[in-house]
Amino acid sequence: MTAATGAPAARRGPGSMLHDGWILTWRNLVQLPRTPELLLFTLIQPIMFVLLFTYVFGGSIGQSLPPGISYAQFLIPGIMVQTLVFSTNSTAVGLADDLQKGLVDRFRSLPIARSAVLVGRICSDTVRLAMVAVVLVLVGYVVGFRFEAGLGWGLLMIVTAVAFGFSMSWIMATIGLSVRDAETASTAGFVWLFPLTFVSSVFVPVTSMPGWLQVVARNNPVTLLSNLLREFTLIGRPAAGTVLPVLAWMVGLVVVFAPLAVSRYRKV
Amino acid sequence: MRPIIEVEDLIRHFGATRAVDGVSFTVDAGTVLGLLGPNGAGKTTTVRMLATLLTPDAGRARIDGLDVVTDATRVRAVIGLTGQYAAVDEKLTGRENLWMVGRLLGMDRKQAHDRATELLDRFRLSDAGDRQVRTYSGGMRRRVDLAVSLVGRPAVLFLDEPTTGLDPVSRIEMWDVTRELVSDGTTVLLTTQYLEEADELADRIVVIDNGKVIAQGTADELKDRTGGRTLEVTLAEPADLDRAVGLLHGLGDRRVAVDPQRPGLSVPVDDDTEFAAGVVATLSHAGVAVTDFRLDRPSLDDVFLALTGRATGTGDGTGNGDGDGTGNGDGTGNGDGTGEGDVTTTGAPS
Ligand SMILES: Nc1ncnc2c1ncn2[C@@H]1O[C@H](COP(=O)(O)OP(=O)(O)O)[C@@H](O)[C@H]1O
Ligand SMILES: [Mg+2]
Repeated sequence: MTAATGAPAARRGPGSMLHDGWILTWRNLVQLPRTPELLLFTLIQPIMFVLLFTYVFGGSIGQSLPPGISYAQFLIPGIMVQTLVFSTNSTAVGLADDLQKGLVDRFRSLPIARSAVLVGRICSDTVRLAMVAVVLVLVGYVVGFRFEAGLGWGLLMIVTAVAFGFSMSWIMATIGLSVRDAETASTAGFVWLFPLTFVSSVFVPVTSMPGWLQVVARNNPVTLLSNLLREFTLIGRPAAGTVLPVLAWMVGLVVVFAPLAVSRYRKV
Repeated sequence: MRPIIEVEDLIRHFGATRAVDGVSFTVDAGTVLGLLGPNGAGKTTTVRMLATLLTPDAGRARIDGLDVVTDATRVRAVIGLTGQYAAVDEKLTGRENLWMVGRLLGMDRKQAHDRATELLDRFRLSDAGDRQVRTYSGGMRRRVDLAVSLVGRPAVLFLDEPTTGLDPVSRIEMWDVTRELVSDGTTVLLTTQYLEEADELADRIVVIDNGKVIAQGTADELKDRTGGRTLEVTLAEPADLDRAVGLLHGLGDRRVAVDPQRPGLSVPVDDDTEFAAGVVATLSHAGVAVTDFRLDRPSLDDVFLALTGRATGTGDGTGNGDGDGTGNGDGTGNGDGTGEGDVTTTGAPS
């Protein structure tokens, strides 16, 4: 009587969460080469920043660096943090866009894992972050950056930076699911990244800032992470007490914002 | 047999807006229910609750015996949803959209691929199947959207205003597809702002307004309540109006509305076309020059006038597709022009 003869039974459980999350990750990744503006932003922006800062500011800022450290050595880990932090914005935009276009409704009306849309978005965005990080290192090599402490520490730097981007994606997911459309998500996910990344040690040593700003800059997670990454690539060994704060930030962001994002997703 | 959709006293408020305010109805398996109402009536909110996208504040709904709140996941395996706006991924091709949903429904790669091909063929999208959806026309988007909601062969299909904004050809296509699905045994709940559409497709119609059910029944039952069809006669000479009214009173005790501006008359004739022909013949025999006459079907505005005693207030909004321009356009026109005269006419038959 009904046409439901071939309907697959509803699947539940963690197996389907991984499976469904993977299908939606695939969905986001195949879009990447079809979205020239995103690719361009992803690849051109870091290249431009590296070249601009190295050749425009490198001369003067290089003076205030400790002897023996070139500006490229100083800059690349910082630029990597800055670029990855900015790149997480696409998590907010992507989710807001899916919401606005009714795709989230479509997925929620299917018998799939509830978390699959979030998992798919964050996984594919993390893959993209890794691509950005690799491009950055390649451009870095052109302007004189080297993994002084060896490839192992270099890879650890990339993994750590991408992991930080992953934890920031949960803030972006919360923003993307809290606003009305993709444009708002883009703005809301963007503006606060400027003070976050500029009041930090990304481009200049913190000591070159006025005293009151140094207090903010020193405790900025972006500074903590940039310094840690510099230790990875330059010395090959983190200084005492620099790993834990960064780790705490990463875990803290996920612990606070993942449940927030999930609860926003339930209510949309 | 137990109805496949059971809705009991469903309520959902948004702040002070009583979007859905105690809606009840049932739908038998294999039939089409038309949920008819103007913009803002609560149609989408009702459908979203039935499709497990929105939690009701109160009341209950069951699909195939499964509660939409406590058994949501199993409900989702039974339903398909095509929303008011095409919800397909524009950056994916038509085939990829279908394949993705097949995979999400637990099909393996080959099954998903075969099902996608089958649906692309069925919806005449085979040629466009490997193009990104953003290159599709509006009608093609709607078709691929509908195809996507059919991947899992749902027993119950929700169509939320499936033809709003479509050109007349695409609209007729959509109607044909819906009829085909029903003949395959699918149960369809369709929302619409057009009585004509509900009339074409629905076995039963539930009319809602301000979140409340204000009438339900078959299309014929509703039309009886609105007074059925109206004969509109236009005269050459305004001076003939009085004589014409006199002649018509001689034909029976029907209520005649006079529009001096047109100049013309409106007479409710229900389905009595012989009577309508008689009216025109009587006038011409008596030497009253008739320049135009026609039978008007009741529009949604007329249904609303009859049911609530007021206009829908969305006459302009409903006319955005040009599909049923005459019906809606005239309803609005009359309401604005000679408000009172028409209210009496349509309000009288009950
Ligand atoms: N998410 C929401 N938040 C606030 N109000 C809403 C929301 N969704 C719908 N409404 C309101 O509820 C009423 C019914 O809306 P809807 O169900 O979309 O009507 P229809 O589909 O019949 O046009 C409208 O007044 C609408 O503005
Ligand atoms: Mg609606």
